[in-house]
Amino acid sequence: MAQKAIREYDGKALFAKHWHEYFDGFKYDFKSVLVTSGDELREKAKLPEYAWLNEEPLVAKPDMLFGKRGKNGLVLFKVEKPGDVKLEDAAKWIEEKQSHEVTLLSGQKGMLTHFIVEPFTPHTQDQEYYISATVVDNDDVLYMSAEGGMEVEEGWEEKVNEVRIPINMSDEEMEKAVRANVPEGIPDEAKGRFAAFAIQFFKFYRDLNFAYLEINPIVMIENNAHILDLVARLDDTAGFMMREKWGDIEFPTPFGMEDQSPEEKAIAEADAKSGASLKLTILNPEGRIWTMVAGGGASVVYADTIADLAGVKDLANYGEYSGGPTTGETQFYAETIFDLMTRYKDPRGKILIIGGAIANFTDVAKTFTGIINALEKWADKLKEHNTKIYVRRGGPNYEKGLKDIKEAAERLGLYMEVYGPETHVTDIVRMALEK
Amino acid sequence: MSNRLFTKDTQAIFWNNNKSAIQRMLDYDYVIGREKPSVAAIVAPTSSNKFEKFFYGPDEIMVPLYRSTKEAVANHGNADVLLNFASFRTAYDVTMEALDLGDQFRVIMVTAEGIPERLARKMNQRARDNGTLIIGPATVGAITPGAFKIANIGGTIENIINSKLHRAGSAGLVTRSGGLFNELCNIIALNADGIAEGVAIGGDRFVGSVFIDNLLRMEQNPDVKYMILLGEVGGTEEYKVIEAVKSGKIKKPIIAWCIGTIAKHFSSGVQFGHAGASANAERETAEAKNAAMREVGIHVPASFNELPQKINEVYNDLRKKGVISEIEEPEIRTIPKVRKPKNFICTISDDRGEEATYAGFPISSVATPDTGKSIGDVVSLLWFKKVYPKWATDFIETVIKTVADHGPAVSGAHNAKVTARAGKSVVESLVTGLLTIGPRFGGAIDGAAKYFKYANDNDMTPAEFLAYMKKQGIPIPGIGHRIKSLRNPDKRVEGLKKFASEHFPSTPLLDYALEVEQLTTSKKDNLILNVDGTIGILMVDMWRALGYSEKEIDEFIESGTLNSFFILGRTIGFIGHILDEKRLAMPMYRHPFDDILYDVQKAEEIK
Repeated sequence: MAQKAIREYDGKALFAKHWHEYFDGFKYDFKSVLVTSGDELREKAKLPEYAWLNEEPLVAKPDMLFGKRGKNGLVLFKVEKPGDVKLEDAAKWIEEKQSHEVTLLSGQKGMLTHFIVEPFTPHTQDQEYYISATVVDNDDVLYMSAEGGMEVEEGWEEKVNEVRIPINMSDEEMEKAVRANVPEGIPDEAKGRFAAFAIQFFKFYRDLNFAYLEINPIVMIENNAHILDLVARLDDTAGFMMREKWGDIEFPTPFGMEDQSPEEKAIAEADAKSGASLKLTILNPEGRIWTMVAGGGASVVYADTIADLAGVKDLANYGEYSGGPTTGETQFYAETIFDLMTRYKDPRGKILIIGGAIANFTDVAKTFTGIINALEKWADKLKEHNTKIYVRRGGPNYEKGLKDIKEAAERLGLYMEVYGPETHVTDIVRMALEK
Repeated sequence: MSNRLFTKDTQAIFWNNNKSAIQRMLDYDYVIGREKPSVAAIVAPTSSNKFEKFFYGPDEIMVPLYRSTKEAVANHGNADVLLNFASFRTAYDVTMEALDLGDQFRVIMVTAEGIPERLARKMNQRARDNGTLIIGPATVGAITPGAFKIANIGGTIENIINSKLHRAGSAGLVTRSGGLFNELCNIIALNADGIAEGVAIGGDRFVGSVFIDNLLRMEQNPDVKYMILLGEVGGTEEYKVIEAVKSGKIKKPIIAWCIGTIAKHFSSGVQFGHAGASANAERETAEAKNAAMREVGIHVPASFNELPQKINEVYNDLRKKGVISEIEEPEIRTIPKVRKPKNFICTISDDRGEEATYAGFPISSVATPDTGKSIGDVVSLLWFKKVYPKWATDFIETVIKTVADHGPAVSGAHNAKVTARAGKSVVESLVTGLLTIGPRFGGAIDGAAKYFKYANDNDMTPAEFLAYMKKQGIPIPGIGHRIKSLRNPDKRVEGLKKFASEHFPSTPLLDYALEVEQLTTSKKDNLILNVDGTIGILMVDMWRALGYSEKEIDEFIESGTLNSFFILGRTIGFIGHILDEKRLAMPMYRHPFDDILYDVQKAEEIK
């Protein structure tokens, strides 16, 4: 996926790193720490650069790519009254939140591992503004509102001013458009300052190849910008140009999605090393139907068809291999799937779909050699799980590939049906389920 | 033309020397019987080769190679498709450079996946403003069966024929996915009569031409009778098609399906398929889009598995209505299973026919006096593969005659004579003479052409040129004579200058050289433009007048073409000297002791 979310802390760090280059006339005190435990917070507080942790009232919240933390009761800003949170309160709060699984209102659940801790900024509701930028259709859009915080989401249409910025719009036109759309609700004496900030915010968003950047709320006290809450996604395809500007940035797994299994990680690592594409997501490790499909588009239609005909519960994995993987890479991919699919028994037996459309340039016989090698190693296990295998593929050298795999199945005593381009690509799913 | 994506005359410039993809295009060309290969030229920035060999059926052809798109465009003005096979790091720059070259390219196909989104948007907008159709990024391309196929689309030749991609059918096909494009072609061949035009628009989030751009063109393309659209979860492009159907802009029947219905089962995180395939809102889901399309009368099957029946239904209906008629299957040429690349290439003469030819002209048509052709004509055919006008062939002949001999004392003639006297054959004696030709003997022709041209190209005044050569520490080649001077001119030079002034259309470099001569002779009387200099300079003027580019002339100089005139001419003289020796039966030559300064020290021992 081209757009990847980053932590609030990392987003703020990017602001701090480039502040002087982009935000002329504004100040930003980057006072934030990212910690993974209460103890780490206590340790940080001993360092001179984090002295403020001992001196100022604090705010603590998880920094794990999910929003609506306030509504989920996951923002610590008061013990008795707002602004009275001390270092030890925050450390204990973090420890408490880490002591059990957390379920969000959205239903996502998991353990909290990362927290951001910052000074409490006393301010009034009317000082909270909203600003964000993203791409809608083919244009950048800048959103601005005089009402920040949770308020902005209710009554979005009335409260938020949108500025559409086509890709070929000049800076002068963009600046004019932003100035003309400063929200009414911002006091007159602050309008100019807000416009100046918004323009610089947009340029920062644009030049650093953000896909999405939101500050909600931003509090402006004089020329001090307080970025109270931030959500950011980067266009990771721009990574090769942004090495300097982004630094070594982390793209964490979204909260609620269990960390990748060792098998998924191994495939992801193989993918990163290869010129070909190898993708694997385990949807249900106990699922009955496993797929090993060549090609991004074909993998989707197989998943669609299985969900339609068998129901999504039976679909064990999603993934694809494409772009001409080597025999070795294909064997590794196949073995990983065979390993996973022979871990849990299903009384109905297992179904393995070795599918694919008609390849443009991948040598089918070559990739099938990898699958055959894997079948040889795993034949006994696959038989133990009463596995029925359905093969469908076309493309360069497909006749040989199909013949080889059919012969291998006969030799190994595996149940296998083999089809070529004369059979509709997903029809093997129907056949497998009708057995 | 504008409503057909490609025709049988379409030619492309292929950016990146992707040999297997290009070979597949040429194989396709051969099978469908195209007259010209679909790849006019290749751009390979780091290659120093001038061409790449490919098979065309059983034979081989050469496709020219250039180091920049600009050069390729300059030489192939009719190639209006750019196949940009650069990597995701450079694909943007390659496209932008091509767009900067004006309106040469009607279509640019971009294959790279994962171009930074902002750059992709800039590139797509720029192309739109330019009126250029972008196919991609992240695509396998497009095809107009029976006319033109991009790179690997359609797969192997066997699959192309099985999927009826070798001749026009009646469906217009648009997909995102490249893998399923092939599959759809197969389905359409099995259930209908194949496609008339097909485009895989690409899997990245921001692609240049979208479904609607291609479908609107197909609506206007008389070869397309109905259209098939394979969409994906994510994005809202399908709604533009729905609008066009509603407003009546599209009237031809459409069959459509959006893949990715699976995505609804997973709230977030799992990326199904392409980068562009991620639903951000309810209306971007595959279900919503399939339902919305069905509502406006687009033919939407119940599932992907039922797409073949749907295609078959619509096709049969159109057959019944007479919109589609029976297609006559064309003859196809087959490609030999075993093809051997040739080790040698010849582009100047051919001895295979009835009579051997020089650059296409039978020898008899240039040999005898009644043909009016001279040695100059033969040189122009065999050296330059061109028929030069008479003034130029006369000049070449004049040069050869002028340099034929310069007496027995010059080093080459001397060598030839010594060897002949050692009892060696004509050919052995000749080569010892020829071997002396180089930078010091005969080389002034090359040098004069090179330096005078360089000075003239760079607008140096004669004084600046002299200063430049002094700085280089080289005496000006082509200037100076042992005894001749302005007052006692070299008659050979006079003759050449007279011929040039009477017959050349113009002589800019000679005019410049004469200005230089005025300056040099003002310093010393014998620093005149000599015969070597005059020949070299006039050769440049000749080529300029014949329409060669400065770059081509530079290549002539670099490759030693000028020296070749000297070698050819002086061979006549050397052979004369050798035959003279044979006739005189002179004995073995030994140089007299007293003509050698002996100064031999005892060798020091190094410990």
